[in-house]
Amino acid sequence: MAADGRRIRVDALARVEGEGGLHVEVRDGRVEEVRLDIYEPPRFFEAFLRGRDFREAPDITARICGICPVAYQMSAVHAMEDALGVSVGGQLRELRRLLYCGEWIESHALHIYMLHAPDFLGYEDAIRLAKDHPKIVERGLALKKTGNELVALIGGREIHPINVRVGGFYRVPEKADLRGIAEKLKRARDASLETVRWVANFEFPDFEPEYEFVSLRHPAQYPLNEGRVVSSKGLDIDVHEYRERFAEEHVRHSNALHSVLKGRGAYFVGPMARYSLNFARLPASAREAAREAGLGAVCRNPFKSIIVRAVETLFACEEALRIIDAYEKPPAPAVEIVPRAGEGCAMTEAPRGGLYHRYRLDSEGRITDAVIIPPTSQNLKSVESDMRQFVQQSLHLDDAALTLRCEQAIRNYDPCISCATHFLTLHIERR
Amino acid sequence: MKPRKAAKPRLAVFKFASCDGCQLSLLDCEDELLAVAGAVEIANFLEASRAVVEGPYDVTLVEGSITTAHDAKRIREVRAQTKVLATIGACATAGGIQALRNFADVKAYTSIVYAHPEYISTLETSTPIAAHVPVDFELRGCPISKAQLLELVAALLHGRKPNLPAHSVCIECKRRGTVCVMVAHGTPCLGPVTHAGCGAICPAYERGCYGCFGPQETPNTASLAASWKALGVPRAAIARAFRSFNAGAEAFRKEGDAHGG
Repeated sequence: MAADGRRIRVDALARVEGEGGLHVEVRDGRVEEVRLDIYEPPRFFEAFLRGRDFREAPDITARICGICPVAYQMSAVHAMEDALGVSVGGQLRELRRLLYCGEWIESHALHIYMLHAPDFLGYEDAIRLAKDHPKIVERGLALKKTGNELVALIGGREIHPINVRVGGFYRVPEKADLRGIAEKLKRARDASLETVRWVANFEFPDFEPEYEFVSLRHPAQYPLNEGRVVSSKGLDIDVHEYRERFAEEHVRHSNALHSVLKGRGAYFVGPMARYSLNFARLPASAREAAREAGLGAVCRNPFKSIIVRAVETLFACEEALRIIDAYEKPPAPAVEIVPRAGEGCAMTEAPRGGLYHRYRLDSEGRITDAVIIPPTSQNLKSVESDMRQFVQQSLHLDDAALTLRCEQAIRNYDPCISCATHFLTLHIERR
Repeated sequence: MKPRKAAKPRLAVFKFASCDGCQLSLLDCEDELLAVAGAVEIANFLEASRAVVEGPYDVTLVEGSITTAHDAKRIREVRAQTKVLATIGACATAGGIQALRNFADVKAYTSIVYAHPEYISTLETSTPIAAHVPVDFELRGCPISKAQLLELVAALLHGRKPNLPAHSVCIECKRRGTVCVMVAHGTPCLGPVTHAGCGAICPAYERGCYGCFGPQETPNTASLAASWKALGVPRAAIARAFRSFNAGAEAFRKEGDAHGG
């Protein structure tokens, strides 16, 4: 290392899902390169889906991610139903939203309490945070548990639920089965509101990049499974046009593909995008909590994504309670499916953002081609560009503080490297 | 393993090719997590903490399968610094869903997924941890059961053998009082050859077991395949059923090969 430079190196970025590294090069006080090295090994899902039966896609693609398996199942079944010309409505649609609410609560509570909050409060992990603030961590764990219980009730188990199928479910709950979880969801709703108030008091650096936000937008509801693909810069397309407007690039340092909006470049998906594009569709209680926490109708500070996740957790509790209250057991657990040749696609809102699936089927319902674009790969370009800007404005910090700040910044995005590789060791080189 | 008297036993969790779901199971033990964290020193668990204590470790949980030359080397280093090594889940124990590459041409796979296959460094196979280093205990499942994970950790910390039943899912259905979906409804089910541990969830949700816990101790896969055939299940579908999340487990691999190319 030259006498005028510094080298900082941390061997593994923690509290993210999956494995990767951040490589930063600084020369003469300027950030020259920021690179997310993704070394999570490739698992080739799109390849081995070829030749599988269309009915297997929800169970197989769930295994891409243990944190958001429901998202994979939801995108898979909606894409298959699109290919097979089937529409699933009524209470089956509502049950799918209910299951997804469980995953949002579980995944957001995990990220807020176990992965992200320790950074703001100067702890290495939630276990150490719990030593000083047991009640807070217990509240987070209880919230997470309720989300998991909801997924397990509808889906059969928390991780890789077994009850989701193309056309609906294998078994649907009786109305009485949902009564117990409703009581827990009421407590989770209170805990979510307390969570919004708690995280709103954290200290946030001034940092507001110019994002092009992309998310689903449904005419009336906060988006989960359906809607048009819209952006903060005027994009408004049907999901069938997705591949015409978005592209994936393969870069050398990464086992994940980077997505771009054709002719425009980086874009951003996830809680901040959803929130900023759908604020009016949040229930009144969630809008009120957001305002009370100091958020406007748009949030562009990625450090404040922790508040947005808490607001979305509150939404998910409200939405789950709404669905349970109106639930009537549907006459059949699934719509009947007849295999046929076709092509179908869908995007749904995983906790981390839009998750796109596209399949081609032959006349017997065998998958001949599969494309899966997870939220983290859609965000990688924006994350790299954010990190370049953020490191540049933080160069006054010493190496240890800068390293911690970079790790925290990466965790803002709740990256799921397991998903993106179908991400983090930190290397900062100052020359 | 006997816990050291002076200090808490050191627990480490390492990840290889996987979905993160099995290590998440530990964080999903919401009621027990803080108690577990109080009984051990969580010395290396990157998904949960940025604090990393160097080895050696008393108990190491390993998630994921070996799919790269780098990981084949890394698992040896992990083994060298731990007293007890337990694998958690179908990837670490049988190679996982990604072991489907073992039946195909990886170069073709790489070019299906990636525009520049030359950037990708990967092995031809996905193999379980036991194919590389000695393993002391194996937890089955895709994902593992939280109850079995807690039993394993508690047993290891107390220096006793974990109580992990080796019978089939059928026994769990009987215990749960679930009517046999195969006998009563003619639904093809892998329960008779599949390792217990999940609590027989699928039949309770009116679908057949799909074998995510892998083969039980003495699976009569040929007999089960014959029953499936009698139910009218096509040969290719029987092969696919054995070639899923535990495709690399010996008994399932053989039965899958008997029905597929």
